[in-house]
Amino acid sequence: MKTLVWVEHDNATVKDATLSTVTAAAKLGEVHLLVAGSGCRAVAEAAAQIAGVGKVHLADDAAFEHALAENVAPLVADLMGHHDAVLFPATTTGKNVAPRVAALLDVMQLSDILSVEGEKTFTRPIYAGNAIATVESSDAKLVITVRGTAFEKADATGGSAEIEDVSGTGDAGLSSFVGAELAESERPELTSAKIIVSGGRALKDGPTFEEVILPLADKLGAGVGASRAAVDAGYVPNDYQVGQTGKIVAPEVYIAIGISGAIQHLAGMKDSKTIIAINKDEDAPIFQVADIGLVADLFSAVPELTSKL
Amino acid sequence: MKILVPVKRVIDYNVKPRVKSDGSGVDLANVKMSMNPFDEIAVEEAIRLKEAGSAEEIVAVSVGPAKAQETLRTALAMGADRAILVDAGDAEVEPLAVAKILKAIVDEEQPGLVILGKQAIDDDSNQTGQMLAALLGRPQGTFASKVVIEGDAVSVTREVDGGLETVKLTMPAVVTTDLRLNEPRYASLPNIMKAKKKPLDTKSPADFGVDVAPRLKTLKVSEPPVRQAGIKVEDVDALVAKLKDMGVV
Ligand SMILES: Cc1cc2nc3c(=O)[nH]c(=O)nc-3n(C[C@H](O)[C@H](O)[C@H](O)COP(=O)(O)OP(=O)(O)OC[C@H]3O[C@@H](n4cnc5c(N)ncnc54)[C@H](O)[C@@H]3O)c2cc1C
Ligand SMILES: Nc1ncnc2c1ncn2[C@@H]1O[C@H](COP(=O)(O)O)[C@@H](O)[C@H]1O
Repeated sequence: MKTLVWVEHDNATVKDATLSTVTAAAKLGEVHLLVAGSGCRAVAEAAAQIAGVGKVHLADDAAFEHALAENVAPLVADLMGHHDAVLFPATTTGKNVAPRVAALLDVMQLSDILSVEGEKTFTRPIYAGNAIATVESSDAKLVITVRGTAFEKADATGGSAEIEDVSGTGDAGLSSFVGAELAESERPELTSAKIIVSGGRALKDGPTFEEVILPLADKLGAGVGASRAAVDAGYVPNDYQVGQTGKIVAPEVYIAIGISGAIQHLAGMKDSKTIIAINKDEDAPIFQVADIGLVADLFSAVPELTSKL
Repeated sequence: MKILVPVKRVIDYNVKPRVKSDGSGVDLANVKMSMNPFDEIAVEEAIRLKEAGSAEEIVAVSVGPAKAQETLRTALAMGADRAILVDAGDAEVEPLAVAKILKAIVDEEQPGLVILGKQAIDDDSNQTGQMLAALLGRPQGTFASKVVIEGDAVSVTREVDGGLETVKLTMPAVVTTDLRLNEPRYASLPNIMKAKKKPLDTKSPADFGVDVAPRLKTLKVSEPPVRQAGIKVEDVDALVAKLKDMGVV
């Protein structure tokens, strides 16, 4: 089978999510990559070094700069004339573009796969991860999004694929990019952090969240996450949210502080290697998944923990 | 302008789903069902646009079993003007087929906006809106946390992995909602009563010439690996000791 992997990038560097998608694709067959962007040859050159990649298709066009689905979906659909499967990382970009490609190809997409069981058979989470479905596609072509935490990352180096320029149909004239407010942070990105310190509604407000959670995260070199309640209440921006509708993470250590453990939150972190919970309610559901639990008032426990590390 | 809002009847988000012991699916017998939470947000957004004078009519549509009528009545009680039930029986209809049905309805109704939820909390597909936009050849503003009508365009602020992104779409357009777009209202008792008299049409997938045969075959549904509850430590010192044992610090 010939597969095509959507390379997630910011026109400068290849994002990590690409690497686990390559691993999933390699289980199906030969791996080609697509770098669609603007002024992104450096991305294609880096992508060409990913281990196991056969070819990189480079579509360099101003219309692809922000990966607008209206512009890039026809390009991907066109390349599917020569590929049997296309795989996107299940990032917000992948989730935005992939179904548009699937509909253009008249294919039913497989969302957020956890494993490759056969040429056309995959597992995927349903009901916020409370059930795992094994599904088989009957479509001639496959359109797939891949859950990053479920696959090892392919090596970023070791390959030497050729780069082939491809042209798309350019700007569909339906949409335009206005602007972005992207969080600038020195901290590790949530989806690749080894340790995550996450705070919930109990943190009271933005300044308190900062005062209590950040020093601990700094001590551990950890990424910072949050429950939806903390995001909704405005303590932290939306990109901190972990859960069914936020980010799916699986770090070595996840420390949940003042988070009750609603199923929608668990959906995003229960595959973490070790879960630590600090909560003053000994019956909080988070303790049902925590490896180590501390029943305590976070406002005294967390500063004490930070100082003793 | 008319707004079309597709709403799906799903397991209530407070219910913990149980996998059937024969592995054929999730047990929905005697389980509380509700409108998909993202679709409540979609209905609310449509009502707010109508209240702001940007829309004249809101049409809610659901593809599903006859009982999806209840979900449509909820949308009507919140403030939708009329509803269309596409009765597909008890079989699950996949996003691609739902998108095809919705396309046929859009061709008839010609809404300026279709506002869907970003994802149904049962199949967690996150596909239907994007597929509908593709089939219609229209722009899409997915995972919206802000929607502003600007003449014959709509500006949509989207929740993306790194933060927020704003795009401008020519109308007609397709929008899918994220959680922070708004807080849906509760239907008042008088409005629930009034909703019973609002028009609700019933159709079938065949009326739109759409084949709803599934493309994906579910071979098995199983429980995810269960995590064993671990230990509780007495105090911070014990936690620090554990972290040291584990080599975290
Ligand atoms: C469709 C849908 C999608 C959703 N998606 C997500 C998602 O992606 N991610 C997500 O997180 N949620 C999501 N939610 C929301 C979810 O259902 C919960 O409402 C949310 O996770 C609760 O956040 P929380 O645990 O911070 O708050 P709460 O449930 O209010 O819990 C606060 C906890 O803090 C503890 N506490 C209070 N004070 C202290 C103190 N001084 N010291 C120690 N502990 C203290 C309390 O005992 C309690 O356990 C979603 C909901 C819906 C309907
Ligand atoms: N059977 C259905 N009837 C009406 N709307 C639906 C149906 N299935 C999906 N939708 C809409 O599409 C959105 C995304 O669903 P999904 O692609 O299944 O995750 C939902 O939030 C609904 O707005």
